[in-house]
Amino acid sequence: MNAVEHIGHSWARSVIAIFKKDWHSELRTRYAISALVMFVITTIAIILFSIGNESAPPDLLSAMLWVVVFFAAMSGLSRSFVTEEERGTAMTLQLLTSPSAVLFGKLLFNIVLVFGLNALTVVLYALFINGFVIRTLSIFVVTIILGSTALAASSTILAAIIAKANTKGTLYPVLSFPILLPWLLTVINGTRLASEGAFFSEALGEFQILLSYIVVVVATSYLVFPYIWKE
Amino acid sequence: MNIRIEARELKKAFNRRVIFQNLSFSLAQHQTLLVTGKNGSGKSTLVKILGSVLTPTAGTVTVTSDFTGRDHSPLADIGLVSPYLMMYDEFSAVENLSLALAIRGMSPHAAEIDALLEKVSLYDRRHDLVRTYSSGMKQRVKYAFALVHHPAILLLDEPMANLDNEGIDIVHRVMEEQRERGILIVATSDLSDINSYDLRVDMNERR
Repeated sequence: MNAVEHIGHSWARSVIAIFKKDWHSELRTRYAISALVMFVITTIAIILFSIGNESAPPDLLSAMLWVVVFFAAMSGLSRSFVTEEERGTAMTLQLLTSPSAVLFGKLLFNIVLVFGLNALTVVLYALFINGFVIRTLSIFVVTIILGSTALAASSTILAAIIAKANTKGTLYPVLSFPILLPWLLTVINGTRLASEGAFFSEALGEFQILLSYIVVVVATSYLVFPYIWKE
Repeated sequence: MNIRIEARELKKAFNRRVIFQNLSFSLAQHQTLLVTGKNGSGKSTLVKILGSVLTPTAGTVTVTSDFTGRDHSPLADIGLVSPYLMMYDEFSAVENLSLALAIRGMSPHAAEIDALLEKVSLYDRRHDLVRTYSSGMKQRVKYAFALVHHPAILLLDEPMANLDNEGIDIVHRVMEEQRERGILIVATSDLSDINSYDLRVDMNERR
Protein backbone atom coordinates (compact mmCIF):
# COMPACT_ATOMS: atom_id res chain seq x y z
CA MET A 1 0.00 0.00 0.00
CA ASN A 2 1.56 3.36 -0.99
CA ALA A 3 1.34 6.57 1.09
CA VAL A 4 -1.69 7.99 -0.76
CA GLU A 5 -3.58 4.70 -0.45
CA HIS A 6 -2.74 4.58 3.24
CA ILE A 7 -3.96 8.14 3.90
CA GLY A 8 -7.20 7.26 2.07
CA HIS A 9 -7.53 4.06 4.11
CA SER A 10 -6.93 5.91 7.38
CA TRP A 11 -9.43 8.64 6.35
CA ALA A 12 -12.08 6.01 5.56
CA ARG A 13 -11.49 4.38 8.96
CA SER A 14 -11.95 7.79 10.60
CA VAL A 15 -15.22 8.34 8.74
CA ILE A 16 -16.56 4.93 9.75
CA ALA A 17 -15.41 5.42 13.37
CA ILE A 18 -17.29 8.75 13.59
CA PHE A 19 -20.38 7.11 12.10
CA LYS A 20 -20.15 4.26 14.65
CA LYS A 21 -19.58 6.73 17.49
CA ASP A 22 -22.70 8.70 16.52
CA TRP A 23 -24.70 5.51 16.08
CA HIS A 24 -23.77 4.09 19.51
CA SER A 25 -24.26 7.49 21.10
CA GLU A 26 -27.71 7.74 19.50
CA LEU A 27 -28.69 4.28 20.73
CA ARG A 28 -27.77 5.32 24.27
CA THR A 29 -29.14 8.87 24.36
CA ARG A 30 -31.92 8.73 21.72
CA TYR A 31 -31.50 12.49 21.07
CA ALA A 32 -32.48 12.38 17.38
CA ILE A 33 -34.47 9.15 17.04
CA SER A 34 -37.03 10.15 19.70
CA ALA A 35 -37.54 13.57 18.11
CA LEU A 36 -37.91 12.10 14.60
CA VAL A 37 -40.28 9.25 15.55
CA MET A 38 -42.50 11.42 17.76
CA PHE A 39 -42.71 14.07 15.06
CA VAL A 40 -43.68 11.58 12.33
CA ILE A 41 -46.34 9.88 14.48
CA THR A 42 -47.83 13.18 15.68
CA THR A 43 -47.92 14.74 12.21
CA ILE A 44 -49.52 11.70 10.55
CA ALA A 45 -52.11 11.57 13.38
CA ILE A 46 -52.92 15.26 12.77
CA ILE A 47 -53.28 14.63 9.00
CA LEU A 48 -55.58 11.69 9.75
CA PHE A 49 -57.77 13.80 12.02
CA SER A 50 -57.97 16.65 9.53
CA ILE A 51 -58.72 14.49 6.47
CA GLY A 52 -61.13 12.11 8.19
CA ASN A 53 -62.84 9.75 5.74
CA GLU A 54 -62.39 11.99 2.74
CA SER A 55 -59.74 11.12 0.16
CA ALA A 56 -57.37 13.85 -1.02
CA PRO A 57 -56.02 14.03 -4.62
CA PRO A 58 -52.66 12.23 -5.25
CA ASP A 59 -50.64 15.42 -5.78
CA LEU A 60 -51.79 16.78 -2.41
CA LEU A 61 -50.98 13.49 -0.66
CA SER A 62 -47.53 13.42 -2.29
CA ALA A 63 -46.86 16.95 -1.09
CA MET A 64 -48.04 16.15 2.46
CA LEU A 65 -45.74 13.08 2.61
CA TRP A 66 -42.65 15.20 1.96
CA VAL A 67 -43.83 18.04 4.18
CA VAL A 68 -43.95 15.50 7.04
CA VAL A 69 -40.43 14.30 6.14
CA PHE A 70 -39.13 17.89 5.84
CA PHE A 71 -40.36 19.02 9.26
CA ALA A 72 -39.41 15.73 10.95
CA ALA A 73 -35.89 16.14 9.53
CA MET A 74 -35.79 19.71 10.85
CA SER A 75 -36.59 18.46 14.34
CA GLY A 76 -33.96 15.71 14.47
CA LEU A 77 -31.14 16.01 11.95
CA SER A 78 -29.49 19.06 13.46
CA ARG A 79 -28.64 17.04 16.59
CA SER A 80 -25.51 15.51 15.00
CA PHE A 81 -23.57 18.77 15.22
CA VAL A 82 -25.59 20.64 17.86
CA THR A 83 -24.89 18.00 20.54
CA GLU A 84 -21.14 18.19 19.82
CA GLU A 85 -21.20 21.97 20.36
CA GLU A 86 -23.52 21.90 23.36
CA ARG A 87 -21.52 19.24 25.19
CA GLY A 88 -18.17 20.76 24.26
CA THR A 89 -17.00 17.66 22.39
CA ALA A 90 -16.50 19.53 19.09
CA MET A 91 -12.95 20.36 20.24
CA THR A 92 -12.38 16.68 21.03
CA LEU A 93 -13.25 15.75 17.45
CA GLN A 94 -11.13 18.60 16.08
CA LEU A 95 -8.13 17.10 17.89
CA LEU A 96 -8.74 13.65 16.50
CA THR A 97 -9.21 13.94 12.77
CA SER A 98 -9.55 16.12 9.70
CA PRO A 99 -12.67 18.26 9.08
CA SER A 100 -13.56 16.24 5.98
CA ALA A 101 -13.62 12.97 7.96
CA VAL A 102 -15.98 14.60 10.49
CA LEU A 103 -18.23 15.91 7.72
CA PHE A 104 -18.51 12.58 5.91
CA GLY A 105 -18.91 10.60 9.16
CA LYS A 106 -21.81 12.86 10.17
CA LEU A 107 -23.22 12.73 6.63
CA LEU A 108 -23.19 8.92 6.69
CA PHE A 109 -25.01 8.93 10.03
CA ASN A 110 -27.62 11.41 8.77
CA ILE A 111 -28.17 9.34 5.59
CA VAL A 112 -28.91 6.25 7.70
CA LEU A 113 -31.19 8.32 9.97
CA VAL A 114 -33.10 9.84 7.01
CA PHE A 115 -33.55 6.41 5.37
CA GLY A 116 -34.97 5.09 8.65
CA LEU A 117 -37.19 8.17 9.00
CA ASN A 118 -38.47 7.83 5.44
CA ALA A 119 -39.12 4.10 5.80
CA LEU A 120 -41.20 4.75 8.92
CA THR A 121 -43.05 7.68 7.33
CA VAL A 122 -43.87 5.77 4.13
CA VAL A 123 -45.08 2.68 6.03
CA LEU A 124 -47.32 4.73 8.36
CA TYR A 125 -48.52 6.88 5.46
CA ALA A 126 -49.40 3.84 3.32
CA LEU A 127 -51.16 2.13 6.23
CA PHE A 128 -53.25 5.02 7.50
CA ILE A 129 -53.75 7.63 4.76
CA ASN A 130 -56.71 6.93 2.48
CA GLY A 131 -56.02 7.18 -1.25
CA PHE A 132 -52.20 7.11 -1.11
CA VAL A 133 -51.42 4.59 -3.84
CA ILE A 134 -48.10 4.09 -5.64
CA ARG A 135 -48.62 2.82 -9.20
CA THR A 136 -45.01 2.99 -10.44
CA LEU A 137 -42.92 1.54 -7.63
CA SER A 138 -39.57 2.04 -9.41
CA ILE A 139 -40.07 5.84 -9.62
CA PHE A 140 -41.08 5.96 -5.95
CA VAL A 141 -38.08 3.89 -4.78
CA VAL A 142 -35.56 5.97 -6.75
CA THR A 143 -37.23 9.20 -5.55
CA ILE A 144 -36.99 8.01 -1.93
CA ILE A 145 -33.32 6.97 -2.30
CA LEU A 146 -32.16 10.16 -4.05
CA GLY A 147 -34.50 12.38 -1.99
CA SER A 148 -33.25 10.94 1.30
CA THR A 149 -29.60 11.34 0.31
CA ALA A 150 -30.18 14.93 -0.83
CA LEU A 151 -32.04 15.78 2.39
CA ALA A 152 -29.27 14.25 4.52
CA ALA A 153 -26.56 16.11 2.58
CA SER A 154 -28.15 19.55 2.91
CA SER A 155 -29.25 18.97 6.53
CA THR A 156 -25.72 17.98 7.54
CA ILE A 157 -24.00 21.15 6.35
CA LEU A 158 -26.87 23.32 7.62
CA ALA A 159 -26.59 21.62 11.02
CA ALA A 160 -22.85 22.39 11.08
CA ILE A 161 -23.60 26.07 10.37
CA ILE A 162 -26.39 26.52 12.92
CA ALA A 163 -24.50 24.59 15.62
CA LYS A 164 -22.21 27.63 15.92
CA ALA A 165 -25.15 30.06 16.31
CA ASN A 166 -26.89 31.09 19.52
CA THR A 167 -30.46 30.68 18.20
CA LYS A 168 -30.14 27.11 16.93
CA GLY A 169 -33.78 26.01 17.22
CA THR A 170 -35.31 28.78 15.12
CA LEU A 171 -32.45 29.25 12.69
CA TYR A 172 -32.46 25.68 11.33
CA PRO A 173 -35.90 25.61 9.58
CA VAL A 174 -35.53 29.25 8.48
CA LEU A 175 -32.12 28.64 6.88
CA SER A 176 -33.18 25.25 5.50
CA PHE A 177 -36.32 26.37 3.68
CA PRO A 178 -34.75 28.28 0.76
CA ILE A 179 -31.99 25.69 0.38
CA LEU A 180 -34.39 22.75 0.50
CA LEU A 181 -37.10 24.31 -1.68
CA PRO A 182 -35.76 22.90 -5.01
CA TRP A 183 -35.38 19.50 -3.32
CA LEU A 184 -38.94 19.66 -1.93
CA LEU A 185 -40.51 20.58 -5.30
CA THR A 186 -38.58 17.80 -7.08
CA VAL A 187 -39.37 14.98 -4.65
CA ILE A 188 -43.06 16.01 -4.55
CA ASN A 189 -43.14 15.88 -8.33
CA GLY A 190 -41.39 12.48 -8.39
CA THR A 191 -43.86 11.03 -5.87
CA ARG A 192 -46.81 12.49 -7.84
CA LEU A 193 -45.54 10.79 -11.02
CA ALA A 194 -45.20 7.49 -9.10
CA SER A 195 -48.74 7.74 -7.76
CA GLU A 196 -50.18 8.66 -11.17
CA GLY A 197 -48.56 5.57 -12.78
CA ALA A 198 -46.16 7.45 -15.10
CA PHE A 199 -43.46 5.60 -17.07
CA PHE A 200 -39.99 5.48 -15.49
CA SER A 201 -38.56 7.56 -18.33
CA GLU A 202 -40.96 10.42 -17.51
CA ALA A 203 -39.30 10.84 -14.10
CA LEU A 204 -35.72 10.95 -15.41
CA GLY A 205 -35.69 14.76 -15.30
CA GLU A 206 -36.54 14.68 -11.56
CA PHE A 207 -33.78 12.14 -10.91
CA GLN A 208 -31.23 14.27 -12.78
CA ILE A 209 -32.19 17.31 -10.69
CA LEU A 210 -31.84 15.31 -7.45
CA LEU A 211 -28.49 13.85 -8.50
CA SER A 212 -27.16 17.30 -9.44
CA TYR A 213 -28.48 18.68 -6.14
CA ILE A 214 -26.60 15.98 -4.19
CA VAL A 215 -23.34 16.58 -6.11
CA VAL A 216 -23.55 20.38 -5.67
CA VAL A 217 -24.41 20.20 -1.94
CA VAL A 218 -21.74 17.60 -1.11
CA ALA A 219 -19.04 19.41 -3.11
CA THR A 220 -19.93 22.79 -1.55
CA SER A 221 -20.03 21.22 1.93
CA TYR A 222 -16.57 19.69 1.41
CA LEU A 223 -15.16 23.10 0.42
CA VAL A 224 -16.75 25.27 3.13
CA PHE A 225 -16.84 22.86 6.08
CA PRO A 226 -13.23 23.41 7.30
CA TYR A 227 -14.00 27.14 7.72
CA ILE A 228 -17.23 26.40 9.60
CA TRP A 229 -15.70 23.68 11.77
CA LYS A 230 -12.65 25.56 13.03
CA GLU A 231 -13.00 28.92 14.73
CA MET B 1 11.84 10.59 16.35
CA ASN B 2 12.98 14.21 16.37
CA ILE B 3 10.28 16.83 16.74
CA ARG B 4 10.26 20.60 16.65
CA ILE B 5 7.51 23.19 17.10
CA GLU B 6 7.90 26.77 15.98
CA ALA B 7 5.46 29.65 16.51
CA ARG B 8 6.17 32.71 14.39
CA GLU B 9 4.64 36.17 14.88
CA LEU B 10 1.43 34.78 16.33
CA LYS B 11 -1.50 37.12 16.82
CA LYS B 12 -5.02 36.37 17.96
CA ALA B 13 -7.87 38.85 18.03
CA PHE B 14 -11.57 38.30 18.64
CA ASN B 15 -13.25 41.01 16.59
CA ARG B 16 -11.35 44.16 17.54
CA ARG B 17 -10.03 42.84 20.84
CA VAL B 18 -6.41 41.75 20.51
CA ILE B 19 -5.67 38.89 22.89
CA PHE B 20 -1.96 38.67 22.08
CA GLN B 21 0.44 39.57 19.29
CA ASN B 22 4.09 39.31 18.20
CA LEU B 23 4.47 35.94 19.87
CA SER B 24 7.32 33.79 18.58
CA PHE B 25 9.20 30.84 20.05
CA SER B 26 10.79 27.60 19.01
CA LEU B 27 11.05 24.34 20.92
CA ALA B 28 13.07 21.24 20.09
CA GLN B 29 12.96 17.67 21.39
CA HIS B 30 13.15 17.39 25.24
CA GLN B 31 12.46 21.09 25.74
CA THR B 32 9.71 22.53 27.92
CA LEU B 33 7.73 25.76 27.77
CA LEU B 34 5.78 27.44 30.55
CA VAL B 35 3.01 29.83 29.50
CA THR B 36 1.95 32.14 32.32
CA GLY B 37 -0.35 35.10 32.69
CA LYS B 38 -3.34 36.34 34.56
CA ASN B 39 -6.90 35.20 33.82
CA GLY B 40 -8.00 36.28 30.34
CA SER B 41 -4.45 36.90 29.14
CA GLY B 42 -4.81 34.30 26.35
CA LYS B 43 -3.05 31.22 27.79
CA SER B 44 -5.83 28.83 26.76
CA THR B 45 -6.21 30.56 23.40
CA LEU B 46 -2.50 30.03 22.71
CA VAL B 47 -2.74 26.36 23.72
CA LYS B 48 -5.71 25.88 21.37
CA ILE B 49 -3.77 27.47 18.51
CA LEU B 50 -0.73 25.26 19.20
CA GLY B 51 -3.07 22.26 19.30
CA SER B 52 -4.49 23.33 15.90
CA VAL B 53 -8.07 23.58 17.14
CA LEU B 54 -8.08 27.37 16.73
CA THR B 55 -6.77 29.42 13.82
CA PRO B 56 -4.50 32.39 14.60
CA THR B 57 -5.46 35.81 13.23
CA ALA B 58 -1.87 36.16 11.97
CA GLY B 59 1.33 34.14 12.13
CA THR B 60 2.05 30.45 11.82
CA VAL B 61 2.66 27.36 13.92
CA THR B 62 4.90 24.78 12.28
CA VAL B 63 5.51 21.28 13.56
CA THR B 64 8.37 19.46 11.90
CA SER B 65 9.25 15.87 12.47
CA ASP B 66 11.76 13.47 10.97
CA PHE B 67 9.27 10.64 11.40
CA THR B 68 8.37 9.26 8.01
CA GLY B 69 6.16 6.37 9.05
CA ARG B 70 3.03 5.92 7.00
CA ASP B 71 0.74 6.38 10.01
CA HIS B 72 1.93 9.95 10.44
CA SER B 73 -0.45 12.91 10.34
CA PRO B 74 0.04 16.39 11.88
CA LEU B 75 -2.67 15.72 14.50
CA ALA B 76 -0.82 12.56 15.56
CA ASP B 77 1.93 14.72 17.13
CA ILE B 78 -0.38 16.58 19.51
CA GLY B 79 -1.84 15.55 22.86
CA LEU B 80 -3.90 18.13 24.73
CA VAL B 81 -5.42 18.40 28.19
CA SER B 82 -7.62 21.42 28.75
CA PRO B 83 -10.62 22.48 30.83
CA TYR B 84 -12.40 23.04 27.49
CA LEU B 85 -11.82 19.47 26.34
CA MET B 86 -14.81 17.21 27.05
CA MET B 87 -15.13 13.45 26.89
CA TYR B 88 -18.23 11.66 25.60
CA ASP B 89 -20.03 11.13 28.88
CA GLU B 90 -22.43 8.50 27.52
CA PHE B 91 -19.39 6.24 26.98
CA SER B 92 -17.02 4.64 29.49
CA ALA B 93 -13.34 5.58 29.83
CA VAL B 94 -12.33 2.49 27.82
CA GLU B 95 -14.85 3.35 25.10
CA ASN B 96 -13.64 6.96 24.95
CA LEU B 97 -10.03 5.86 24.46
CA SER B 98 -10.93 3.18 21.90
CA LEU B 99 -13.00 5.78 20.08
CA ALA B 100 -10.10 8.26 20.08
CA LEU B 101 -7.80 5.70 18.48
CA ALA B 102 -10.43 4.52 15.97
CA ILE B 103 -11.21 8.10 14.87
CA ARG B 104 -7.48 8.68 14.43
CA GLY B 105 -7.54 5.70 12.06
CA MET B 106 -5.55 3.53 14.50
CA SER B 107 -6.39 0.12 15.93
CA PRO B 108 -7.32 0.12 19.63
CA HIS B 109 -5.36 -2.35 21.79
CA ALA B 110 -7.24 -3.35 24.93
CA ALA B 111 -4.10 -4.14 26.96
CA GLU B 112 -2.53 -0.77 26.16
CA ILE B 113 -5.72 1.10 27.06
CA ASP B 114 -6.01 -0.82 30.32
CA ALA B 115 -2.37 -0.02 31.17
CA LEU B 116 -2.97 3.68 30.53
CA LEU B 117 -6.07 3.71 32.72
CA GLU B 118 -4.09 1.91 35.41
CA LYS B 119 -1.47 4.67 35.13
CA VAL B 120 -4.09 7.38 35.82
CA SER B 121 -5.71 5.25 38.57
CA LEU B 122 -8.99 4.69 36.77
CA TYR B 123 -8.63 0.97 36.07
CA ASP B 124 -11.29 -0.10 38.59
CA ARG B 125 -13.86 2.29 37.10
CA ARG B 126 -12.82 1.86 33.47
CA HIS B 127 -16.15 0.40 32.33
CA ASP B 128 -18.32 2.98 34.12
CA LEU B 129 -19.86 5.78 32.08
CA VAL B 130 -17.87 9.02 32.22
CA ARG B 131 -21.02 10.87 33.34
CA THR B 132 -20.78 9.02 36.67
CA TYR B 133 -17.21 10.28 37.29
CA SER B 134 -16.21 13.13 39.60
CA SER B 135 -14.53 16.22 38.11
CA GLY B 136 -11.10 14.90 39.19
CA MET B 137 -11.72 11.54 37.53
CA LYS B 138 -12.84 13.29 34.34
CA GLN B 139 -9.55 15.22 34.41
CA ARG B 140 -7.66 11.90 34.65
CA VAL B 141 -9.57 10.52 31.63
CA LYS B 142 -8.41 13.60 29.72
CA TYR B 143 -4.80 12.64 30.49
CA ALA B 144 -5.37 9.10 29.23
CA PHE B 145 -7.10 10.56 26.15
CA ALA B 146 -4.14 12.89 25.48
CA LEU B 147 -1.55 10.14 25.87
CA VAL B 148 -3.25 7.19 24.18
CA HIS B 149 -1.60 7.83 20.79
CA HIS B 150 1.86 8.59 22.28
CA PRO B 151 2.08 12.24 21.14
CA ALA B 152 5.46 13.90 20.68
CA ILE B 153 4.06 17.25 21.87
CA LEU B 154 1.98 17.40 25.04
CA LEU B 155 -0.02 20.58 25.73
CA LEU B 156 -1.36 21.00 29.25
CA ASP B 157 -3.73 23.84 30.09
CA GLU B 158 -4.16 24.27 33.87
CA PRO B 159 -2.85 20.71 34.38
CA MET B 160 -3.68 20.37 38.08
CA ALA B 161 -7.31 21.54 37.83
CA ASN B 162 -9.71 19.43 39.95
CA LEU B 163 -7.04 16.93 40.96
CA ASP B 164 -6.35 15.54 44.44
CA ASN B 165 -2.84 14.79 45.73
CA GLU B 166 -2.72 11.40 44.02
CA GLY B 167 -3.83 13.02 40.76
CA ILE B 168 -1.17 15.73 41.08
CA ASP B 169 1.50 13.02 41.54
CA ILE B 170 0.25 11.29 38.41
CA VAL B 171 0.51 14.54 36.45
CA HIS B 172 4.08 15.12 37.69
CA ARG B 173 5.02 11.62 36.46
CA VAL B 174 3.35 12.26 33.09
CA MET B 175 5.24 15.55 32.75
CA GLU B 176 8.57 13.89 33.59
CA GLU B 177 7.98 11.16 31.01
CA GLN B 178 7.03 13.74 28.40
CA ARG B 179 10.28 15.68 29.00
CA GLU B 180 12.13 12.44 28.17
CA ARG B 181 9.98 11.64 25.14
CA GLY B 182 9.28 14.92 23.36
CA ILE B 183 8.10 18.47 23.99
CA LEU B 184 6.05 19.67 26.95
CA ILE B 185 4.06 22.93 26.97
CA VAL B 186 2.24 23.93 30.14
CA ALA B 187 -0.12 26.89 30.53
CA THR B 188 -0.90 27.81 34.12
CA SER B 189 -1.27 30.71 36.51
CA ASP B 190 0.54 28.65 39.19
CA LEU B 191 4.16 29.85 39.30
CA SER B 192 5.49 27.36 41.87
CA ASP B 193 7.56 25.29 39.36
CA ILE B 194 8.70 28.23 37.27
CA ASN B 195 12.39 27.28 37.29
CA SER B 196 11.95 23.76 35.98
CA TYR B 197 11.10 24.91 32.42
CA ASP B 198 13.50 25.74 29.62
CA LEU B 199 11.48 28.65 28.29
CA ARG B 200 8.78 30.94 29.65
CA VAL B 201 6.22 33.08 27.82
CA ASP B 202 4.43 35.69 29.93
CA MET B 203 1.14 36.43 28.19
CA ASN B 204 0.70 39.65 30.19
CA GLU B 205 3.48 41.17 28.08
CA ARG B 206 2.00 40.18 24.71
CA ARG B 207 -0.99 42.52 24.38
